[in-house]
Amino acid sequence: MYLLNREQRHAVNYTWMIVSLLMVAFLPFLLFFGLYLKSVLILHDYSLTDLIFSRIWKPSSGKFGFYPFIVGSVWVTLVAMLITAPVCLLTSIYVTQYTKKFFLRIMHPAIDILAGIPSVVYGLWGILVIVPFISRYLGPWMGVKTMGYSILAASFVLSIMIIPFILNILIEVFRSIPMELKEATLSLGATEWQTIKHVLIKKALPGIIAAFGFGLARAFGETMAVLMVVGNVVRLPKSLFDPGYTLPALIANNYGEMLSIPKYDSALMFAALLLLAVSLFFNLVMHFFIVRFNKY
Amino acid sequence: MENSTKIEIRDLNVFAGKTQILRNVNIDIPKNKITVILGPSGCGKTTLLKCLNRLTDLYPELKVTGQIVIDDHNILAAREDIYKLRQQMGLLSQRPYPLPMTIYNNISYALKLRGIKNRREIHKLVMHYLQQANLWDEIRTRLREPASRLSIGQQQRLCLARGLAVNPEIILADEPTSALDPISSQFIEETFVRLKNDYTIVLVTHVLRQAKRIADNVVFMYLGDVIEQGSVQEVFENPKMEKTKLYLGGTFN
Repeated sequence: MYLLNREQRHAVNYTWMIVSLLMVAFLPFLLFFGLYLKSVLILHDYSLTDLIFSRIWKPSSGKFGFYPFIVGSVWVTLVAMLITAPVCLLTSIYVTQYTKKFFLRIMHPAIDILAGIPSVVYGLWGILVIVPFISRYLGPWMGVKTMGYSILAASFVLSIMIIPFILNILIEVFRSIPMELKEATLSLGATEWQTIKHVLIKKALPGIIAAFGFGLARAFGETMAVLMVVGNVVRLPKSLFDPGYTLPALIANNYGEMLSIPKYDSALMFAALLLLAVSLFFNLVMHFFIVRFNKY
Repeated sequence: MENSTKIEIRDLNVFAGKTQILRNVNIDIPKNKITVILGPSGCGKTTLLKCLNRLTDLYPELKVTGQIVIDDHNILAAREDIYKLRQQMGLLSQRPYPLPMTIYNNISYALKLRGIKNRREIHKLVMHYLQQANLWDEIRTRLREPASRLSIGQQQRLCLARGLAVNPEIILADEPTSALDPISSQFIEETFVRLKNDYTIVLVTHVLRQAKRIADNVVFMYLGDVIEQGSVQEVFENPKMEKTKLYLGGTFN
Protein backbone atom coordinates (compact mmCIF):
# COMPACT_ATOMS: atom_id res chain seq x y z
CA MET A 1 0.00 0.00 0.00
CA TYR A 2 2.76 2.43 0.91
CA LEU A 3 6.03 2.77 -0.93
CA LEU A 4 7.95 2.85 2.33
CA ASN A 5 7.43 1.04 5.58
CA ARG A 6 6.66 2.85 8.82
CA GLU A 7 10.22 3.33 9.95
CA GLN A 8 11.33 4.64 6.60
CA ARG A 9 8.43 7.06 6.47
CA HIS A 10 9.32 8.22 9.93
CA ALA A 11 12.93 8.75 8.89
CA VAL A 12 11.90 10.78 5.83
CA ASN A 13 9.55 13.00 7.83
CA TYR A 14 12.14 13.44 10.52
CA THR A 15 14.79 14.49 8.04
CA TRP A 16 12.46 17.01 6.49
CA MET A 17 11.72 18.56 9.84
CA ILE A 18 15.41 18.92 10.62
CA VAL A 19 16.11 20.44 7.22
CA SER A 20 13.29 22.98 7.61
CA LEU A 21 14.45 23.86 11.08
CA LEU A 22 18.01 24.42 9.92
CA MET A 23 16.82 26.55 7.01
CA VAL A 24 14.85 28.81 9.34
CA ALA A 25 17.59 28.93 11.93
CA PHE A 26 20.32 29.84 9.46
CA LEU A 27 18.40 32.37 7.40
CA PRO A 28 19.37 35.37 9.56
CA PHE A 29 23.01 34.33 9.51
CA LEU A 30 22.95 33.96 5.74
CA LEU A 31 21.40 37.41 5.42
CA PHE A 32 24.01 38.87 7.68
CA PHE A 33 26.80 37.15 5.85
CA GLY A 34 25.52 38.19 2.42
CA LEU A 35 25.22 41.83 3.43
CA TYR A 36 28.65 41.71 5.00
CA LEU A 37 30.18 40.32 1.81
CA LYS A 38 28.57 43.11 -0.20
CA SER A 39 29.72 45.86 2.15
CA VAL A 40 33.23 44.53 2.57
CA LEU A 41 34.45 46.94 -0.11
CA ILE A 42 33.54 50.02 1.87
CA LEU A 43 34.56 48.52 5.19
CA HIS A 44 37.96 47.95 3.68
CA ASP A 45 38.50 51.59 2.78
CA TYR A 46 36.97 53.29 5.81
CA SER A 47 37.09 52.48 9.49
CA LEU A 48 33.83 51.41 11.13
CA THR A 49 33.76 54.38 13.54
CA ASP A 50 34.38 56.71 10.61
CA LEU A 51 31.39 55.36 8.75
CA ILE A 52 29.11 55.44 11.76
CA PHE A 53 30.12 58.78 13.28
CA SER A 54 31.08 60.87 10.28
CA ARG A 55 28.44 63.48 9.42
CA ILE A 56 29.21 64.21 5.81
CA TRP A 57 27.39 62.32 3.11
CA LYS A 58 28.81 63.11 -0.35
CA PRO A 59 29.07 59.88 -2.30
CA SER A 60 30.31 61.67 -5.43
CA SER A 61 33.41 62.85 -3.59
CA GLY A 62 33.78 59.61 -1.67
CA LYS A 63 32.43 60.79 1.67
CA PHE A 64 30.14 58.30 3.39
CA GLY A 65 29.00 59.42 6.82
CA PHE A 66 26.01 57.51 8.18
CA TYR A 67 25.59 59.49 11.38
CA PRO A 68 22.68 61.69 10.19
CA PHE A 69 20.76 58.62 9.03
CA ILE A 70 21.32 56.76 12.27
CA VAL A 71 20.31 59.77 14.34
CA GLY A 72 17.25 60.33 12.13
CA SER A 73 16.16 56.72 12.45
CA VAL A 74 16.63 56.64 16.20
CA TRP A 75 14.74 59.91 16.74
CA VAL A 76 11.81 58.91 14.57
CA THR A 77 11.55 55.53 16.27
CA LEU A 78 11.88 56.74 19.84
CA VAL A 79 9.40 59.59 19.50
CA ALA A 80 6.92 57.25 17.82
CA MET A 81 7.30 54.79 20.71
CA LEU A 82 6.94 57.57 23.25
CA ILE A 83 3.59 58.51 21.73
CA THR A 84 2.34 54.97 21.19
CA ALA A 85 3.50 53.06 24.27
CA PRO A 86 1.36 54.77 26.92
CA VAL A 87 -1.67 54.87 24.64
CA CYS A 88 -1.44 51.15 23.90
CA LEU A 89 -0.79 50.19 27.51
CA LEU A 90 -3.75 52.16 28.85
CA THR A 91 -6.02 50.98 26.05
CA SER A 92 -5.18 47.33 26.60
CA ILE A 93 -5.72 47.63 30.36
CA TYR A 94 -9.04 49.36 29.86
CA VAL A 95 -10.28 46.92 27.27
CA THR A 96 -9.29 43.81 29.21
CA GLN A 97 -10.09 44.92 32.76
CA TYR A 98 -12.94 47.39 32.65
CA THR A 99 -15.13 46.73 29.63
CA LYS A 100 -17.52 43.90 28.88
CA LYS A 101 -16.39 41.06 26.68
CA PHE A 102 -18.39 42.08 23.64
CA PHE A 103 -16.37 45.29 23.45
CA LEU A 104 -13.24 43.25 22.81
CA ARG A 105 -15.05 41.43 20.05
CA ILE A 106 -15.64 44.77 18.33
CA MET A 107 -12.13 46.04 19.02
CA HIS A 108 -10.32 43.07 17.49
CA PRO A 109 -11.52 43.51 13.89
CA ALA A 110 -11.01 47.27 14.18
CA ILE A 111 -7.40 46.75 15.19
CA ASP A 112 -6.86 44.19 12.45
CA ILE A 113 -8.16 46.63 9.85
CA LEU A 114 -5.66 49.18 11.10
CA ALA A 115 -2.91 46.58 10.67
CA GLY A 116 -3.99 45.78 7.14
CA ILE A 117 -3.74 49.30 5.71
CA PRO A 118 -0.78 49.50 3.28
CA SER A 119 2.02 51.71 4.52
CA VAL A 120 1.87 53.90 1.42
CA VAL A 121 -1.67 54.87 2.43
CA TYR A 122 -0.40 55.89 5.84
CA GLY A 123 2.28 57.92 4.06
CA LEU A 124 -0.31 59.65 1.93
CA TRP A 125 -2.38 60.41 5.00
CA GLY A 126 0.77 61.87 6.54
CA ILE A 127 1.36 64.14 3.56
CA LEU A 128 -2.26 65.29 3.33
CA VAL A 129 -3.06 65.65 7.03
CA ILE A 130 -0.08 65.52 9.38
CA VAL A 131 2.39 67.58 7.37
CA PRO A 132 0.01 70.54 6.82
CA PHE A 133 -1.14 70.29 10.42
CA ILE A 134 2.44 70.65 11.63
CA SER A 135 3.43 73.42 9.24
CA ARG A 136 0.24 75.46 9.65
CA TYR A 137 -0.81 74.90 13.24
CA LEU A 138 1.54 73.03 15.51
CA GLY A 139 4.74 74.76 14.31
CA PRO A 140 3.45 78.34 14.50
CA TRP A 141 1.76 77.57 17.81
CA MET A 142 5.08 76.42 19.24
CA GLY A 143 6.84 79.38 17.60
CA VAL A 144 8.81 77.26 15.15
CA LYS A 145 9.10 77.78 11.43
CA THR A 146 8.74 74.42 9.74
CA MET A 147 7.70 73.11 6.38
CA GLY A 148 5.95 70.19 8.00
CA TYR A 149 8.08 67.43 6.52
CA SER A 150 9.90 66.55 9.69
CA ILE A 151 10.99 63.99 12.26
CA LEU A 152 7.80 64.75 14.16
CA ALA A 153 5.57 64.07 11.14
CA ALA A 154 7.27 60.74 10.59
CA SER A 155 6.92 59.88 14.29
CA PHE A 156 3.21 60.70 14.23
CA VAL A 157 2.56 58.53 11.22
CA LEU A 158 4.69 55.73 12.62
CA SER A 159 3.04 55.86 16.02
CA ILE A 160 -0.34 55.23 14.40
CA MET A 161 1.07 52.47 12.20
CA ILE A 162 2.51 50.41 15.03
CA ILE A 163 -0.54 50.67 17.30
CA PRO A 164 -2.22 47.50 16.00
CA PHE A 165 0.89 45.37 16.41
CA ILE A 166 1.60 46.48 19.96
CA LEU A 167 -2.04 46.60 21.02
CA ASN A 168 -2.86 43.10 19.80
CA ILE A 169 0.04 41.60 21.73
CA LEU A 170 -0.75 43.61 24.85
CA ILE A 171 -4.39 42.56 24.83
CA GLU A 172 -3.37 38.92 24.55
CA VAL A 173 -0.85 39.39 27.36
CA PHE A 174 -3.43 40.83 29.73
CA ARG A 175 -6.06 38.31 28.73
CA SER A 176 -3.72 35.43 29.48
CA ILE A 177 -3.42 36.47 33.12
CA PRO A 178 -5.75 34.16 35.03
CA MET A 179 -8.87 35.74 36.50
CA GLU A 180 -8.07 33.97 39.76
CA LEU A 181 -4.95 36.08 40.27
CA LYS A 182 -7.13 39.15 40.10
CA GLU A 183 -9.63 37.57 42.46
CA ALA A 184 -6.86 36.65 44.87
CA THR A 185 -5.57 40.21 44.96
CA LEU A 186 -9.03 41.73 45.29
CA SER A 187 -9.86 39.32 48.09
CA LEU A 188 -7.02 40.87 50.08
CA GLY A 189 -8.95 44.13 49.99
CA ALA A 190 -7.00 45.75 47.19
CA THR A 191 -8.82 48.19 44.94
CA GLU A 192 -9.14 47.55 41.23
CA TRP A 193 -6.40 50.05 40.47
CA GLN A 194 -4.04 48.68 43.13
CA THR A 195 -4.56 45.25 41.62
CA ILE A 196 -3.67 46.50 38.17
CA LYS A 197 -0.68 48.55 39.32
CA HIS A 198 0.96 46.14 41.74
CA VAL A 199 0.02 42.75 40.43
CA LEU A 200 -1.30 42.61 36.88
CA ILE A 201 1.29 44.90 35.32
CA LYS A 202 4.04 43.11 37.17
CA LYS A 203 2.78 39.76 35.99
CA ALA A 204 2.49 41.09 32.45
CA LEU A 205 5.85 42.87 32.40
CA PRO A 206 7.75 40.37 30.20
CA GLY A 207 4.89 40.45 27.71
CA ILE A 208 4.70 44.24 27.81
CA ILE A 209 8.40 44.51 27.06
CA ALA A 210 8.10 42.00 24.24
CA ALA A 211 5.23 43.98 22.74
CA PHE A 212 7.15 47.24 22.91
CA GLY A 213 10.28 45.61 21.51
CA PHE A 214 8.29 44.23 18.62
CA GLY A 215 6.80 47.66 17.93
CA LEU A 216 10.21 49.26 18.15
CA ALA A 217 11.69 46.86 15.62
CA ARG A 218 8.79 47.46 13.24
CA ALA A 219 9.06 51.22 13.60
CA PHE A 220 12.79 51.17 13.03
CA GLY A 221 12.47 49.22 9.81
CA GLU A 222 9.40 50.99 8.42
CA THR A 223 10.35 52.53 5.09
CA MET A 224 7.62 53.82 2.83
CA ALA A 225 5.44 55.92 5.11
CA VAL A 226 8.47 57.46 6.79
CA LEU A 227 10.27 58.38 3.61
CA MET A 228 7.14 60.12 2.35
CA VAL A 229 6.93 62.54 5.27
CA VAL A 230 10.35 62.76 6.90
CA GLY A 231 11.75 65.26 4.41
CA ASN A 232 14.77 63.26 3.21
CA VAL A 233 17.37 65.92 3.97
CA VAL A 234 20.81 64.70 4.93
CA ARG A 235 21.40 66.84 7.96
CA LEU A 236 21.55 66.35 11.68
CA PRO A 237 18.09 67.32 12.91
CA LYS A 238 18.31 69.97 15.63
CA SER A 239 14.71 69.71 16.69
CA LEU A 240 11.71 67.50 16.04
CA PHE A 241 10.46 70.07 13.53
CA ASP A 242 13.54 69.67 11.34
CA PRO A 243 13.50 67.33 8.38
CA GLY A 244 15.69 64.26 8.54
CA TYR A 245 16.55 61.04 6.79
CA THR A 246 16.35 57.44 7.93
CA LEU A 247 18.38 54.37 7.05
CA PRO A 248 15.56 52.47 5.32
CA ALA A 249 14.62 55.59 3.36
CA LEU A 250 18.23 55.99 2.25
CA ILE A 251 18.31 52.50 0.82
CA ALA A 252 14.88 52.70 -0.79
CA ASN A 253 15.48 56.11 -2.35
CA ASN A 254 18.86 55.41 -3.83
CA TYR A 255 19.36 51.77 -4.58
CA GLY A 256 19.35 51.19 -8.30
CA GLU A 257 20.27 54.78 -9.12
CA MET A 258 23.65 56.42 -9.38
CA LEU A 259 25.31 53.07 -8.91
CA SER A 260 28.06 54.25 -11.22
CA ILE A 261 29.51 56.18 -8.33
CA PRO A 262 32.30 54.06 -6.88
CA LYS A 263 31.48 52.22 -3.63
CA TYR A 264 27.97 53.66 -3.56
CA ASP A 265 26.45 50.24 -3.95
CA SER A 266 28.61 48.93 -1.16
CA ALA A 267 27.70 51.87 1.09
CA LEU A 268 23.99 51.14 0.72
CA MET A 269 24.65 47.51 1.58
CA PHE A 270 26.42 48.72 4.68
CA ALA A 271 23.32 50.74 5.54
CA ALA A 272 21.27 47.56 5.30
CA LEU A 273 23.79 45.78 7.50
CA LEU A 274 23.51 48.57 10.06
CA LEU A 275 19.74 48.30 9.99
CA LEU A 276 19.91 44.59 10.60
CA ALA A 277 22.47 45.01 13.37
CA VAL A 278 20.40 47.62 15.20
CA SER A 279 17.26 45.47 14.93
CA LEU A 280 19.23 42.56 16.32
CA PHE A 281 20.47 44.75 19.13
CA PHE A 282 16.90 45.77 20.02
CA ASN A 283 15.98 42.11 20.05
CA LEU A 284 18.81 41.17 22.36
CA VAL A 285 18.03 43.96 24.81
CA MET A 286 14.38 42.95 24.76
CA HIS A 287 15.22 39.32 25.49
CA PHE A 288 17.49 40.36 28.29
CA PHE A 289 14.63 42.23 29.95
CA ILE A 290 12.13 39.47 29.31
CA VAL A 291 14.36 36.94 31.04
CA ARG A 292 15.09 39.41 33.78
CA PHE A 293 11.42 40.00 34.61
CA ASN A 294 10.14 36.54 33.91
CA LYS A 295 11.08 35.07 37.25
CA TYR A 296 7.71 35.63 38.90
CA MET B 1 -21.22 32.05 72.29
CA GLU B 2 -21.21 28.30 71.73
CA ASN B 3 -23.47 28.14 68.75
CA SER B 4 -23.71 31.72 67.59
CA THR B 5 -24.18 32.22 63.88
CA LYS B 6 -21.52 34.15 61.99
CA ILE B 7 -23.04 34.23 58.53
CA GLU B 8 -26.74 34.05 57.72
CA ILE B 9 -27.62 33.45 54.11
CA ARG B 10 -31.25 34.20 53.34
CA ASP B 11 -33.11 33.53 50.08
CA LEU B 12 -29.97 33.86 48.00
CA ASN B 13 -30.58 33.58 44.27
CA VAL B 14 -27.97 33.95 41.59
CA PHE B 15 -28.81 34.17 37.91
CA ALA B 16 -26.47 34.11 34.95
CA GLY B 17 -28.61 35.32 32.10
CA LYS B 18 -31.55 32.91 32.01
CA THR B 19 -29.97 30.07 33.96
CA GLN B 20 -30.26 30.06 37.70
CA ILE B 21 -27.06 29.04 39.49
CA LEU B 22 -28.32 29.24 43.06
CA ARG B 23 -31.96 28.71 44.07
CA ASN B 24 -33.35 30.06 47.36
CA VAL B 25 -30.30 29.21 49.38
CA ASN B 26 -30.68 29.51 53.16
CA ILE B 27 -27.68 28.57 55.26
CA ASP B 28 -26.53 29.41 58.78
CA ILE B 29 -22.80 29.28 59.19
CA PRO B 30 -21.77 29.00 62.85
CA LYS B 31 -18.88 30.89 64.36
CA ASN B 32 -15.55 29.14 65.02
CA LYS B 33 -16.62 25.97 63.26
CA ILE B 34 -15.67 24.37 59.99
CA THR B 35 -18.66 24.37 57.69
CA VAL B 36 -18.19 22.14 54.68
CA ILE B 37 -20.20 22.77 51.55
CA LEU B 38 -20.42 19.47 49.75
CA GLY B 39 -21.72 18.55 46.35
CA PRO B 40 -20.89 17.40 42.85
CA SER B 41 -19.23 19.74 40.35
CA GLY B 42 -21.38 22.47 38.91
CA CYS B 43 -23.79 22.65 41.83
CA GLY B 44 -22.99 26.30 42.62
CA LYS B 45 -20.57 25.81 45.50
CA THR B 46 -17.96 28.17 44.09
CA THR B 47 -20.54 30.78 43.18
CA LEU B 48 -21.88 30.66 46.72
CA LEU B 49 -18.38 31.30 48.04
CA LYS B 50 -17.86 34.18 45.64
CA CYS B 51 -21.09 35.78 46.84
CA LEU B 52 -19.69 35.83 50.36
CA ASN B 53 -16.84 38.19 49.51
CA ARG B 54 -18.61 39.83 46.59
CA LEU B 55 -16.20 38.63 43.94
CA THR B 56 -19.45 38.21 42.01
CA ASP B 57 -19.12 41.95 41.36
CA LEU B 58 -16.39 41.09 38.86
CA TYR B 59 -18.84 39.27 36.64
CA PRO B 60 -21.41 41.74 35.35
CA GLU B 61 -23.44 38.90 33.84
CA LEU B 62 -24.31 37.58 37.33
CA LYS B 63 -27.39 38.88 39.10
CA VAL B 64 -27.53 38.31 42.85
CA THR B 65 -30.64 38.70 45.01
CA GLY B 66 -31.33 37.94 48.65
CA GLN B 67 -29.43 38.67 51.81
CA ILE B 68 -26.15 37.64 53.36
CA VAL B 69 -25.94 38.94 56.91
CA ILE B 70 -22.59 39.10 58.68
CA ASP B 71 -22.50 40.84 62.07
CA ASP B 72 -25.86 42.54 61.40
CA HIS B 73 -24.79 43.88 58.03
CA ASN B 74 -26.34 42.79 54.80
CA ILE B 75 -23.15 42.59 52.75
CA LEU B 76 -25.01 42.44 49.47
CA ALA B 77 -26.26 45.99 50.03
CA ALA B 78 -24.72 48.31 47.51
CA ARG B 79 -23.45 50.76 50.10
CA GLU B 80 -21.22 48.29 51.85
CA ASP B 81 -17.46 49.02 51.72
CA ILE B 82 -16.39 45.99 49.72
CA TYR B 83 -12.67 46.50 50.41
CA LYS B 84 -13.23 46.30 54.17
CA LEU B 85 -15.63 43.44 53.64
CA ARG B 86 -13.11 41.43 51.63
CA GLN B 87 -10.51 41.98 54.32
CA GLN B 88 -12.83 40.26 56.76
CA MET B 89 -12.32 37.10 54.75
CA GLY B 90 -9.27 35.21 53.62
CA LEU B 91 -9.72 33.37 50.35
CA LEU B 92 -8.03 30.14 49.36
CA SER B 93 -8.75 29.06 45.81
CA GLN B 94 -8.50 25.71 44.04
CA ARG B 95 -5.04 26.33 42.75
CA PRO B 96 -2.59 28.66 44.45
CA TYR B 97 -2.12 32.03 42.82
CA PRO B 98 0.89 33.65 44.46
CA LEU B 99 1.33 37.32 43.64
CA PRO B 100 4.20 38.04 41.21
CA MET B 101 6.55 39.04 44.02
CA THR B 102 8.93 37.50 46.50
CA ILE B 103 7.68 35.14 49.19
CA TYR B 104 8.16 37.85 51.78
CA ASN B 105 6.32 40.48 49.75
CA ASN B 106 3.36 38.18 49.17
CA ILE B 107 2.63 38.50 52.87
CA SER B 108 3.82 42.06 53.37
CA TYR B 109 1.62 43.25 50.52
CA ALA B 110 -1.45 42.00 52.38
CA LEU B 111 -0.18 43.67 55.56
CA LYS B 112 0.32 46.97 53.76
CA LEU B 113 -3.23 46.80 52.40
CA ARG B 114 -4.28 46.46 56.01
CA GLY B 115 -2.54 49.74 56.70
CA ILE B 116 0.52 48.49 58.58
CA LYS B 117 3.55 50.57 57.64
CA ASN B 118 6.09 49.97 60.40
CA ARG B 119 8.82 47.77 58.91
CA ARG B 120 9.68 45.99 62.13
CA GLU B 121 6.06 45.16 62.74
CA ILE B 122 5.68 43.89 59.19
CA HIS B 123 8.72 41.72 59.69
CA LYS B 124 7.30 40.19 62.83
CA LEU B 125 3.89 39.60 61.30
CA VAL B 126 5.26 37.98 58.14
CA MET B 127 6.98 35.44 60.33
CA HIS B 128 3.89 34.99 62.48
CA TYR B 129 1.56 34.26 59.56
CA LEU B 130 4.00 31.95 57.83
CA GLN B 131 4.22 29.99 61.07
CA GLN B 132 0.45 29.88 61.34
CA ALA B 133 0.25 28.41 57.86
CA ASN B 134 2.81 25.78 58.76
CA LEU B 135 5.33 27.07 56.22
CA TRP B 136 7.95 29.07 58.12
CA ASP B 137 10.37 26.25 58.89
CA GLU B 138 10.61 25.19 55.26
CA ILE B 139 11.21 28.59 53.72
CA ARG B 140 12.82 30.77 56.38
CA THR B 141 16.01 31.02 54.32
CA ARG B 142 14.23 31.63 51.03
CA LEU B 143 12.10 34.66 51.85
CA ARG B 144 13.56 36.81 49.07
CA GLU B 145 12.97 34.27 46.34
CA PRO B 146 10.08 34.63 43.89
CA ALA B 147 7.01 32.91 45.28
CA SER B 148 6.57 31.00 42.03
CA ARG B 149 9.62 28.88 42.84
CA LEU B 150 7.83 27.15 45.70
CA SER B 151 6.16 23.79 45.19
CA ILE B 152 2.40 23.82 44.63
CA GLY B 153 1.75 22.63 48.16
CA GLN B 154 3.99 25.32 49.61
CA GLN B 155 2.37 27.93 47.37
CA GLN B 156 -1.04 26.96 48.68
CA ARG B 157 0.13 27.39 52.27
CA LEU B 158 1.68 30.72 51.28
CA CYS B 159 -1.71 31.77 49.92
CA LEU B 160 -3.27 30.72 53.21
CA ALA B 161 -0.73 32.80 55.11
CA ARG B 162 -1.46 35.71 52.79
CA GLY B 163 -5.17 35.30 53.40
CA LEU B 164 -4.60 35.28 57.17
CA ALA B 165 -2.41 38.38 56.92
CA VAL B 166 -5.37 40.65 56.20
CA ASN B 167 -6.58 39.68 59.68
CA PRO B 168 -9.89 38.13 58.62
CA GLU B 169 -12.60 36.63 60.78
CA ILE B 170 -13.65 34.17 58.14
CA ILE B 171 -11.67 31.84 55.89
CA LEU B 172 -13.21 30.88 52.58
CA ALA B 173 -11.63 27.87 50.94
CA ASP B 174 -12.64 26.62 47.51
CA GLU B 175 -11.47 23.02 47.14
CA PRO B 176 -8.09 24.11 48.47
CA THR B 177 -6.54 20.67 48.33
CA SER B 178 -7.76 19.49 44.93
CA ALA B 179 -4.43 20.26 43.23
CA LEU B 180 -2.25 19.07 46.09
CA ASP B 181 -0.50 15.84 47.01
CA PRO B 182 -1.76 13.94 50.08
CA ILE B 183 0.94 15.27 52.40
CA SER B 184 0.29 18.89 51.49
CA SER B 185 -3.45 18.28 51.75
CA GLN B 186 -2.96 16.91 55.22
CA PHE B 187 -0.93 19.99 56.14
CA ILE B 188 -3.76 22.24 55.03
CA GLU B 189 -6.40 20.19 56.83
CA GLU B 190 -4.41 20.21 60.06
CA THR B 191 -3.94 23.93 59.75
CA PHE B 192 -7.69 24.41 59.34
CA VAL B 193 -8.48 22.37 62.41
CA ARG B 194 -5.98 24.40 64.40
CA LEU B 195 -7.30 27.70 63.05
CA LYS B 196 -10.97 27.14 63.77
CA ASN B 197 -10.61 28.41 67.33
CA ASP B 198 -9.91 31.85 65.94
CA TYR B 199 -11.70 31.83 62.61
CA THR B 200 -14.96 30.79 61.03
CA ILE B 201 -14.10 28.48 58.17
CA VAL B 202 -16.20 27.78 55.08
CA LEU B 203 -14.74 24.95 53.05
CA VAL B 204 -16.02 23.89 49.66
CA THR B 205 -15.08 20.37 48.66
CA HIS B 206 -16.25 17.32 46.82
CA VAL B 207 -13.99 14.99 48.76
CA LEU B 208 -16.29 13.10 51.12
CA ARG B 209 -13.52 11.84 53.33
CA GLN B 210 -12.11 15.31 53.79
CA ALA B 211 -15.52 16.51 54.90
CA LYS B 212 -15.82 13.60 57.31
CA ARG B 213 -12.37 14.26 58.74
CA ILE B 214 -12.59 17.94 59.54
CA ALA B 215 -16.16 19.22 59.21
CA ASP B 216 -18.33 20.34 62.09
CA ASN B 217 -21.25 21.22 59.89
CA VAL B 218 -22.12 19.97 56.44
CA VAL B 219 -24.23 21.58 53.74
CA PHE B 220 -25.10 19.32 50.83
CA MET B 221 -25.89 21.08 47.57
CA TYR B 222 -27.11 19.80 44.26
CA LEU B 223 -27.75 21.81 41.09
CA GLY B 224 -28.13 25.12 42.90
CA ASP B 225 -30.35 23.82 45.69
CA VAL B 226 -29.42 23.19 49.29
CA ILE B 227 -30.62 19.63 49.81
CA GLU B 228 -29.66 19.09 53.40
CA GLN B 229 -27.68 20.74 56.15
CA GLY B 230 -26.74 19.91 59.70
CA SER B 231 -23.95 18.65 61.89
CA VAL B 232 -21.53 16.18 60.40
CA GLN B 233 -23.01 13.28 62.39
CA GLU B 234 -26.55 14.04 61.28
CA VAL B 235 -25.74 14.34 57.61
CA PHE B 236 -23.27 11.50 57.30
CA GLU B 237 -24.78 8.93 59.61
CA ASN B 238 -28.42 9.71 59.30
CA PRO B 239 -29.15 11.54 56.06
CA LYS B 240 -32.80 12.42 55.63
CA MET B 241 -32.94 13.13 51.95
CA GLU B 242 -32.76 10.54 49.21
CA LYS B 243 -30.23 12.52 47.15
CA THR B 244 -27.87 12.89 50.09
CA LYS B 245 -27.98 9.15 50.73
CA LEU B 246 -27.18 8.41 47.13
CA TYR B 247 -24.30 10.89 47.04
CA LEU B 248 -22.80 9.62 50.28
CA GLY B 249 -23.19 6.06 49.08
CA GLY B 250 -21.26 6.91 45.93
CA THR B 251 -24.06 5.83 43.59
CA PHE B 252 -24.88 9.28 42.33
CA ASN B 253 -25.01 10.15 38.71
